[in-house]
Amino acid sequence: MPEAFDEMTLPDGSNRPGYAFLKRWIDNTSAESLAHRRLEAELLFRRIGITFAVYGQNEAEERIIPFDIIPRVMTRTEWERLSRGLEQRVRAINLFLADLYGSAEILRAGVVPEDLIYQNPNYRPEMVGLKLPHNVYVQIAGIDLVRTGEDDFYVLEDNARTPSGVSYMLENREVMMRMFPDLFAEHRIDPVETYPDELLATLISVAPTTHAEPTVALLTPGPFNSAYYEHSFLADKLGIELVEGRDLLVVDNIVVMRTTEGLKRVDVLYRRLDDEFLDPLTFRPDSILGVPGLMNAYQAGNITLANAVGTGVADDKAVYTYMPEIIRFYLGEEAILKNVPTWRCREKDACTYVLEHLEELVVKEVAGSGGYGMLIGPRSDRAAREEFAHRIKAHPENYIAQPTLALSTCPTFVEEGIAPRHVDLRPFVLTGADKIRIVPGGLTRVALKEGSLVVNSSQGGGTKDTWVLDA
Amino acid sequence: MLSRTADTLFWLGRYVERADNAARIIDAASRLATVPVPTAARSTEWDSALAAAGAYSAFAARHGEPTRDAAIDFLAFSPANPSSIRSCLETARNNARSVRTALTAEMWEAINGAWMELKRFDGAMMDRQTLNEFLSGVKEACLRFDGSAYRTMLRNDVYYFLRLGFYLERADNTARILDVKYNVLLPHESNVGGGLDYFHWASILRSVSALTAYRWVYHDSLKPWLIADLLILNEQLPRSISSCYGNLATYLDELSQAYGRQGPSQRTARSIRTRIQNTSISEIFQRRGLHEFLTEFIADNARLGEAIAEQYLA
Repeated sequence: MPEAFDEMTLPDGSNRPGYAFLKRWIDNTSAESLAHRRLEAELLFRRIGITFAVYGQNEAEERIIPFDIIPRVMTRTEWERLSRGLEQRVRAINLFLADLYGSAEILRAGVVPEDLIYQNPNYRPEMVGLKLPHNVYVQIAGIDLVRTGEDDFYVLEDNARTPSGVSYMLENREVMMRMFPDLFAEHRIDPVETYPDELLATLISVAPTTHAEPTVALLTPGPFNSAYYEHSFLADKLGIELVEGRDLLVVDNIVVMRTTEGLKRVDVLYRRLDDEFLDPLTFRPDSILGVPGLMNAYQAGNITLANAVGTGVADDKAVYTYMPEIIRFYLGEEAILKNVPTWRCREKDACTYVLEHLEELVVKEVAGSGGYGMLIGPRSDRAAREEFAHRIKAHPENYIAQPTLALSTCPTFVEEGIAPRHVDLRPFVLTGADKIRIVPGGLTRVALKEGSLVVNSSQGGGTKDTWVLDA
Repeated sequence: MLSRTADTLFWLGRYVERADNAARIIDAASRLATVPVPTAARSTEWDSALAAAGAYSAFAARHGEPTRDAAIDFLAFSPANPSSIRSCLETARNNARSVRTALTAEMWEAINGAWMELKRFDGAMMDRQTLNEFLSGVKEACLRFDGSAYRTMLRNDVYYFLRLGFYLERADNTARILDVKYNVLLPHESNVGGGLDYFHWASILRSVSALTAYRWVYHDSLKPWLIADLLILNEQLPRSISSCYGNLATYLDELSQAYGRQGPSQRTARSIRTRIQNTSISEIFQRRGLHEFLTEFIADNARLGEAIAEQYLA
């Protein structure tokens, strides 16, 4: 594997822009003091109640995601370029979805193969011909980025369904501001606390035009969902009701919630419930989390769902590989953010190549997420590779492969002291009827194990605060 | 507000209050257990503690005749008892978690902190000192939760539903404690002469933290009818049935004003309250009998709970 790019220190030992003060701060702070601060941070998180549930781990029902107290730094110049790339990408995704569920020009032009869409389990025929308010499909996107060099940002995944993690971005900042007020006073760090306001403005902007003062609510699967903390956190910050399916019903194609004062109309649902569970009459009939008749109300134009139904077809790992072409097709521009070169195992030559080079590649399931169902070639043993080869041969269309990227590293406080660890970044992109909003920063995830490239919280990853500042 | 949220808040109030009551009942019974008994008699403090917590039959079905350790474990820690302190705090914490958005940070920290603290204690083989520490911890946590609610919450429907659950539970507990002890004691003697009876009656007052209050109000030695008067009719005592109903009526009125509509729960609360206000302790003892009065009250109180559920929580 190539040498990883370190975001603080250049190979000649000098500091990258924005990091000088951080290096000084690290050098002047003892390990005991750092350990003390870390403990303090953990107590803060526990007391606030930021926990997440890991599926299938009963005894550890609630854990907190490890938090690293050393922030990741980006200069405002770097951020501006990134944010242009994010905006471009999300704009294209929205146009792509409107087209797929409309006249499907892109398929007719042969830019994206038809079967990739029509045989995709996340494609929703119910959405065909449906006109959405302001044509916005993905109001909230969480784009996963990795960095491999000074100017090299790659998109790993476009999360266009129900991306999570924004509460960690907000709480990480809150905790950092409580613990290190001096650093914030000395360096003009872009605030992220405006996110709830921006989100609410976005959701209100996409309300159906039928109603003057729209009521927004957040639909959660309930307290047993791993992201429940985030759902309740966001509902609180937005000042909206946190509803479960059983709180809602559909009367004459209007969605209403049961309140202590009777039934009350809902106009916009920020739903954190997957498509399949939304409406037992349309999707999974065994879903007790959804609302019978919700899709009828949706199709009648009486409610906005954010994100729209059927957006999963755009963030699929196989469709991902066409993103540069998709951006070119709708915007006539070259993609600002790079795509990781990808072999689609559905293509025969590519599949042969992948099977011959398993040791060098990262193989992913097209529909997988959360770091599950993944083979990291250079870190795998022979048995794991053989098993994957078997699975790929059985269902090549389910797999893609990518070169192992040398993810950038950031200084991180671990057992041995301060050491570089690999990171990624998930910024959140909000698309309203009026404009696209991105708060500067995002969620930085860090692989705490030495050499590990897996940043997922379910697999031992942690998080960091992300600072955008003037260098 | 969502009906489900109101329901969760109502039961959050009830469970916190129930945990607090269970702690006081155990405290009072532990103290009673230190009083010497005549050699022939079996001491009954744990029977009545279980009965006062409404857990006697559930306990008997599992363990038979109560021993100190088994009773404490059942009342404080047993997951098999939905009203044990641990179960109450766990349910309260789950409720708080699912309506996290309706609570203030202080309240959440109080209940979440209590729940985390709970993990330090293990029911088995707890010595008296550890038990005291545990019970004080529970009482302090409930106090902190209650105080945080009082000091930090907006006075709106969120607050009212929490308070309704709280006072409905408290009225029920006070009535039960009185009823149980009355049955244990009065058949043997109609006068509190001293000796063991004295400690039993004192333990009733202790389990509602009213021993000192009694002395201030009556300037008299312990007498059964005065104790009943204090616990049922005295508006000044925050745990009296009368005081609970004053609060229930107040918060139901606040709700009806906020929502611009009266309903069955306002009417039920008013009629129960009027009956309490229009009776006297001699009437209760002489014309109806204390046990009959309390039995009827417990049923009425449950009826108010149903009316609130039907009107707001469904």
